[in-house]
This record gives sequence, C-alpha cells and structure tokens, in this order.
Amino acid sequence: MKTIGYIIQKEFKQIFRNKGMLPIIFILPLVQLVILANAATFEIKNIKFAYIDNDHSTTSRELIEKFDASTFFNVLANYSSVKQSNSAMLNGDVDVVLEIPSYFERDLLKKKHNNLGLTINAIDGATAGVESVYVNQIIQSFNKNLRIELMAAPDLLAKPINITSIPSFWYNETLNYKTFMVPGILVLLVTMITLFLSGMNIVREKEIGTLEQINVTPIKKSEFIIGKLFPFWVIGMGLLTIGLIIAKLIFDIPIVGSLALMYAYTSIYIFVVLGIGLFISNYTDTQQQAMFIAWFFMVIFILMSGLFTPIESMPQWAQIITEFNPIKYFVEVMRMVMLKGSSFNDILPQFLKTVLYALVMNALAVWSYKKTN
Amino acid sequence: MEDNKVIEVKGLTKMFGDFTAVSAITFDVKKGEIFGFLGANGAGKTTAMKMLIGISKPTAGEAKVAGFDVASEAEDIKKNIGYMSQKFALYDDLTVKENITFFGGIYGLTRARIKEKTNGLIEELGLQHHTDKLVGSLPLGWKQKIAFSVSLLHEPKIVFLDEPTGGVDPITRRQFWEMIYKSANKGTTIFVTTHYMDEAEYCDRVSIMVNGKIEALDTPKRLKEQFNAETMNDVFLKLARG
Repeated sequence: MKTIGYIIQKEFKQIFRNKGMLPIIFILPLVQLVILANAATFEIKNIKFAYIDNDHSTTSRELIEKFDASTFFNVLANYSSVKQSNSAMLNGDVDVVLEIPSYFERDLLKKKHNNLGLTINAIDGATAGVESVYVNQIIQSFNKNLRIELMAAPDLLAKPINITSIPSFWYNETLNYKTFMVPGILVLLVTMITLFLSGMNIVREKEIGTLEQINVTPIKKSEFIIGKLFPFWVIGMGLLTIGLIIAKLIFDIPIVGSLALMYAYTSIYIFVVLGIGLFISNYTDTQQQAMFIAWFFMVIFILMSGLFTPIESMPQWAQIITEFNPIKYFVEVMRMVMLKGSSFNDILPQFLKTVLYALVMNALAVWSYKKTN
Repeated sequence: MEDNKVIEVKGLTKMFGDFTAVSAITFDVKKGEIFGFLGANGAGKTTAMKMLIGISKPTAGEAKVAGFDVASEAEDIKKNIGYMSQKFALYDDLTVKENITFFGGIYGLTRARIKEKTNGLIEELGLQHHTDKLVGSLPLGWKQKIAFSVSLLHEPKIVFLDEPTGGVDPITRRQFWEMIYKSANKGTTIFVTTHYMDEAEYCDRVSIMVNGKIEALDTPKRLKEQFNAETMNDVFLKLARG
C-alpha cells in the first residue's frame, strides 16, 4: 500500500509539472464543451430555397409567402424553368426547389387536391430528410387551412375550424438540442482525456527508459498499475465536476436526477476507460502508436455511441458491436439520470455491464503488463 | 555451491527467432568482485545482462543471481540487486530529492531511512545546493553519479551497470570509478559493461563477448599475457577481429 502512495505522489507531481499538458487536460475540454454544444445541433436553419411558379396565382403566392415567413427557409430565387433551377442546384446555390404546376389554384379548387414538385439536394441524406419534413409541414398546414376555407366558403355563418395538433415532448420540453447534446459531449470529454492520458502514460516511460528501471525493482504489477491509474481517475472525476458546473451555469441544462448516482456510475466508468488505455499502452512501443490506436477506438466509440445517430437505426450487426461500446452506456446513463431523473434501478443494466467491463479491462491491463519479457 | 559466488551462469542462451543473441555462456562472479563484461556493440552484453536482472527470460540454460534462479525467482532477484541502465533512467521532471524519495519508496525503505539516505547521498555527491533542481537540468555526469547512488539506495548485494560512463568526461569517469571502488570495498559486487578499455583495466576480472559467446575470461593482467598484448585495448582488438 505504501508503495502505491509513492507512485501516486510521483504521477501527480509529473502531471502538474508538465506545463504543456495542463491546459490540454483542463482548458481544452471545456472550450470544446462550450463550442461543440452550440455547434453540434441537428436543427437546420437558413435552408437555401427556390421555387418555380408556373401558376402565378394568389394561392401560389400565398404558399411561397409561408416559406418566406418561416425562419427555416431563405427564399432566394424564383426560377422560370426547371433547367435553370437544376443548374443552380448543381452549383450549390440552392438546396430545395419547389415547383408549382400550372393551373395549381384552379385544380386545387376543382379537384380538392393537387401535386407539387419538390427537388432536394440529398448529398447529405440526414439533412435532406429534415428539409423534406419541414417542407411537408409548411405545405400541410397551408393545405389544411385552404381546405377549411374552401369548405367554409358556401356557409358564411360557419366559423373556420382550425385543426392543430399539439405534440407533447417529454423530458426536453423545449426540444432544445443543447439539453440533449451537453450530457453527451461531457461524456466524450471525460472519456477522451482519460483514455489518451492513460494510453500514453506507460508507453511514455517505455520511451524514456524509466520503465525498465521500474521493472528491475521488486514492485508488484498491481501496485504499479493502481498507482498509475489513480491520478487519472481523479482527473476524470474533476473533469466531470467542471463539466457539470458549466452545463448548469452556461447552458442551464436541467439536472433532474441524483448527482450521487452520476458520480457513482462515472467512478466505475472511468476504470473501464483507464483499463483500455493501459492495455493499449502495454501493446505499443511509442506514444505515437498509442495515440493512433486510441484515436481508432475513440472514433468508433463516438460514432457508435448513439450520441449523434440513434443506435436503433443501425443495422443489426452494428447494434451488436455497440454492446461493447462503453461510451454508449455512459451516454445513456447521463441522459437518463440528468434529464429524466432515472433511479439506480433504471440504470441497473448499464451499471452491471460497466462493472463487468471494468473488471475485464483492468484484469487484461494487469495481465498484459509484463515485467519480464 | 561455494558461498562466495553471487552470480552463477551455466549455458545461458537467448534466441530471438532464429537469431542467437547469447549463446550458452558460462561464468561465475564472486562476492565483492568488480566484474567487467566487455564486448563490441551487438555482441549480446545487454541481452545477457537483462536475463541476469530478471527482465528477460532465458531461452535455455540457467543462472543464479544472489542465490535465486533467473527464470523462476526473478522478483526475488530484484530485491537484491541494483541496476543502472545504458539509457539514463531517473525522472527528468522530478528533482534530485524527489527521485531519491520515489526509488527509495518503491524499494520499500521507511520514511526515516529515505531521509537519512537522501542526506548522506547529497553530502557525498556535494549536491547541497541542487537538491531541489529538476534532474533534467543537471549535467550528464552528475546525473550518472546520482543514478548510480540511487541504484545503491536499498543496499543491494550486486549492482549491474550497463555502460554507466557513456558520454561523460574523463574526470567524471575517474570520479565514477572511485565510487565503484568504494562500494566494492563495502562488499557490493559490481557487474559492469563498458566500451572503454582503460576501464577494463580497473576490473578484477573481465570477460569478452564476441558474437554471443564469451571468448575470454580472466584478470586483465593474465589476459594481456595470454594474448601477448600491451593493453586491454589490444586484447580486445585481437579477439573482436577474430
């Protein structure tokens, strides 16, 4: 036990003496949190919108006004032909083109329904999907009003009936993306910093040659590794604390659930990450190699975490892979506890899997650390 | 087994794939002896030494260091030896004092003992004004002397020195060898590899490794007679050239 104390003392001294690393550990993540939370949003605004009006009627102009009034669309141009609009889209000048057919107003009055042509630049499929939904919403609301007016026209006494549906969103009532993203980004920062620091730590001593010196001492493997991990565990918990304070103060993210539960889960989660980091460290010879491997895992973990894309929409085999992604569990737990106020029983499955993961990774890390080759 | 043999090596071999780095070497080192382990670059000195200090497993043969087997009792060996590597191995970003405290700590010395040792060591090396300086800021020669002293902190029976005087000036080398003599006189066995043939003359006995084999082993005086050479340098050249 005493030996561990000496190692911890040494590690802390080295961390706080490294003037290059300190800002990377403490300042950079917070800058990232502030920037990413504002930038990583799925809302799409200022869609480049153009139209071809073959009708030139009151109705068609009203429809275009609807788009003009929306904050999501920038009505940029009125093209006279499909050829023109196509070349504009090729140039990237517009992303959405609505084509209103000739006799739009007349046919709508007569047949009570009509078709509109819609062209969307779908290079970015996700964006195109959202744009299509927005266009549909505007047309739907326009169409309903229109139909109601039409029906009301013969009977002047009847009041127009407005049908509005009020969707109710739970846990994130204002549909604020920051509320959704900040807990997730916080997870990434805690993970990234602890993974990189632990991944580069032992390999760094390999590079400078001090590890050989350590291996010639009678120190126990487990003592050495615990002493090495503990400081990074403290840093991880510190990052979580600073991140939560920023989430509350700057983004005013509601923290509905129990802080104690969040800390309890994170304290175990960090061990998973540190175990992975040490494991990487043991199998690499230089910090560069360790960095690349850590990045490789980090990118897969992030993209398959359900933070940016829902896991439910991934193919079956990918969903199985996500079961091995620690970040997935951390994101789920943070969102559940922070936004929904989930209790320990709610997060029990994630909790147990994380405990198991931590045990396996740290056993592997201790096992793969060899004092004798 | 004679009691005064602290290192006994029999047919020790290390292979890396098809390449034989160390080929069935056999020798003994007596207690309190300064044993010079010579050889050209790539002759297998460092590999052999790594097996003796328990950080590399032998492919074949056996060796006992301080009475413990290198293959099965490596951790027991580590309690009884000190080691100073070719690559300078103190922490550059810790001060002199912190390095001593750290290594004292992991060798299991008590706080009081560490403090006592630190003071003694600092006085001996004349570092009174430099105890709180980062090791990285000190000249190489000083670092080597501190590293040697640190490897003696836990009063090991044997100290392994892997090219300890590489890259330092002649005066510091002389001082370094004085330190070696001093600890040998106290009964510590010194196992040292070197490239400097004048240093070989300071050793009680030397072995010369060529291509993984020990080609010669005796006192410097008798080796010179045997090879009909003026200096150890000539002995080495005759052997290494084949």
